[in-house]
Amino acid sequence: MNAHHTPPVAALELDNVGFIHRGHALLKPTSLRLAGCQRTLIMGPNGAGKSLLMRLAHGLLTPTSGTVRWQGKPPAQAMVFQRPVLLRRSALDNLTYVLAIHKISRQNRKTQAINALDKFGLAHLAKRPARVLSGGEQQRLALARAWLLNPQVLFLDEPTSALDPAAIKAVEDAVLEFHHSGTRIVMTTHDLHQARRLANDVLFMHNGALLEHTPANDFFTAPTSHEAAAFIRGELVW
Amino acid sequence: MPTSENAFSTALALILSMDSALISIVTLSLQVSLMAVLIASLLALPLGAALALWHFPGRNAVIVALNALMGLPPVVAGLCVYLLLSRAGPLGEWGLLFTPSAMVIAQVILVLPIIAALTRQQVEALHGEYAEQLNSLGLSRRRMIPTLLWDARFGLLTVILAGFGRASAEVGAVMIVGGNIDGVTRVMTTSIVLETSKGNLPMALGLGIILLALVTMINAIAHMIGETAKRRLG
Amino acid sequence: MNKTTTLITASVCTTALAWSASLLADDDFITLASTTSTENSGLFDAIIPTFTEATGIDVRVVAVGTGQAFEIGRRGDADSLLVHDTAGEAQFVADGYATERLDVMYNDFVIVGPSDDPAGISHSETVIDAMQRIAKSESPFASRGDDSGTNRAELRLWEDAGITPQGEWYRELGSGMGPTLNTAAGMDAYAMTDRATWVAFDNPQNLTLLFEGDEALFNQYGSLLLSAERHPHLKHDLAAQWHQWLVSEQGQQAIADFEVDGQPLFFPNAE
Repeated sequence: MNAHHTPPVAALELDNVGFIHRGHALLKPTSLRLAGCQRTLIMGPNGAGKSLLMRLAHGLLTPTSGTVRWQGKPPAQAMVFQRPVLLRRSALDNLTYVLAIHKISRQNRKTQAINALDKFGLAHLAKRPARVLSGGEQQRLALARAWLLNPQVLFLDEPTSALDPAAIKAVEDAVLEFHHSGTRIVMTTHDLHQARRLANDVLFMHNGALLEHTPANDFFTAPTSHEAAAFIRGELVW
Repeated sequence: MPTSENAFSTALALILSMDSALISIVTLSLQVSLMAVLIASLLALPLGAALALWHFPGRNAVIVALNALMGLPPVVAGLCVYLLLSRAGPLGEWGLLFTPSAMVIAQVILVLPIIAALTRQQVEALHGEYAEQLNSLGLSRRRMIPTLLWDARFGLLTVILAGFGRASAEVGAVMIVGGNIDGVTRVMTTSIVLETSKGNLPMALGLGIILLALVTMINAIAHMIGETAKRRLG
Repeated sequence: MNKTTTLITASVCTTALAWSASLLADDDFITLASTTSTENSGLFDAIIPTFTEATGIDVRVVAVGTGQAFEIGRRGDADSLLVHDTAGEAQFVADGYATERLDVMYNDFVIVGPSDDPAGISHSETVIDAMQRIAKSESPFASRGDDSGTNRAELRLWEDAGITPQGEWYRELGSGMGPTLNTAAGMDAYAMTDRATWVAFDNPQNLTLLFEGDEALFNQYGSLLLSAERHPHLKHDLAAQWHQWLVSEQGQQAIADFEVDGQPLFFPNAE
């Protein structure tokens, strides 16, 4: 069902978006535009505001100033979290659940869900309770769930930070698979190597401010801010 | 004084005799309390979940009131229902006083706050964990309710059992609105009061042992169902 | 999940069915508000089957204190009343809640107390003397204190004895007859009880019957026919049959035939 999305994905525009919580400006007024079918990685040290920016873009949070808007019809979106939130049911039921929400007929739910499990190498775990799966399996299940939502934009918030290398590889492959089928990727990471492997577009944040928005090649070869330069050199930045 | 041995042998003799009066008392007790818990659950589970999800002015007052009502003395609940259902009361037309239905109504009032208040706590905790994911899936709060209730089911089973415990143990309310009529509204707890007032303490204690055994059995069954499901579903 | 759902649905349906069946059961019954003394002694178990056999009417007994029985009658929550407070019953008729009151039977009150009888009431000639001895020796006395017929009768006796009962020794329990006897047994106190409850009482411990027989202790029971004008919804026809049956030859005989341990407890005295 994940056919190529023929119409271009609507561009996302953030216009002077800021977020203040209890008097602290966690995100300073930020403007940016995400268009096309990019793999955008949001980078920066912990506490830079990466996850916050992503939640504002996805609509989980409402900015305290500025506006978030889609140019045109808001696209289908999904988000994968750092720690996957899985329901207390079997792996299969976690998938049929989202299909039920989207009013897929009962007969089709199971077929689609099993296909998705198969695609992410989880078919043999279909009947297992989702919450007893390993961290890597849980994250793949979360990706399978996102897959069924057929998103035009996929947000991922540090999806591999708690995983071992094999599991990281599986998640990264899945991300590329999404992108290949025409999904725009917006992902946070503080792992420089992962960014080099996945990004073709980079947002660099520091202390609640967006310092750079450049194509990946430019970013890794010639960062404009000295914080980004230090970050790329592997120095401790905070 | 009845020795405990005395009470145990009375209880045993009662059970072994399969006395039809005893069976009808036990059956009615279970019918009334289970029906009350069922009705209270149907109302209180969504109510508790809604309280967990919606923030409105006066919400805290509602929560405090529910928590306080968990301690409502059964006699007070019974008295209120009596005044409602009495012929001279607003619902007197229904002619429900001194019937099992009146007992169910009184017990619903006793059980509902417990289930609603504890459901609110459980669902609020679970919502803290699920909120972002469910929002991301585009669920409205109303549509989150069934998901949260189902995923909190093991905790809620205990909540419902707490409600059942209160219903099956109370005597103040059913005594007033049921009238302890032999063969019609006589349940375990009112029988125990009656036998105590006759000074037939071994019989009273024997009935108490049977009641305790029944409640233990129901709790054990629920516990087993819960554990099996938990092992299966993690 | 499906198995659980099926199980729950099945049990709900069963319960609901059993329920409606029990509610649809015959409508040929009356609700009688009466006193704990009559119920606890087993009198109703003995006489109601005879009445039901003769008339096809079942009698559902709500056993409460006389004060509460009057309240149930006033509110129209019972079809008939059988209580023991002649003055209160007369007032009830005067207030228009009942159209007729009939003497049905009597039993008597007795005074029980610890077997060593510290106040020495077993030597008393009259109940007045017995009450005075208890008060003078300040021996513990357990009173119902619940505005029941027995409680009202007890208070009238104190008044006749010229005593205002108060002090450490006089304990108002606010309980029914049975609980009062349980408490009296527990604290070795005197208590006034109707004979029926006493004879049927199984937990006397150190209590024993110390004084009986004074005519002032007779305890008259009356049946009240409730006013159809005030409570038109009640089952007056059925209640009237019960009311008449109690004073009929058959009813009076049934009361006389009722014995506990070979001892008659109620004495029919309808006119």
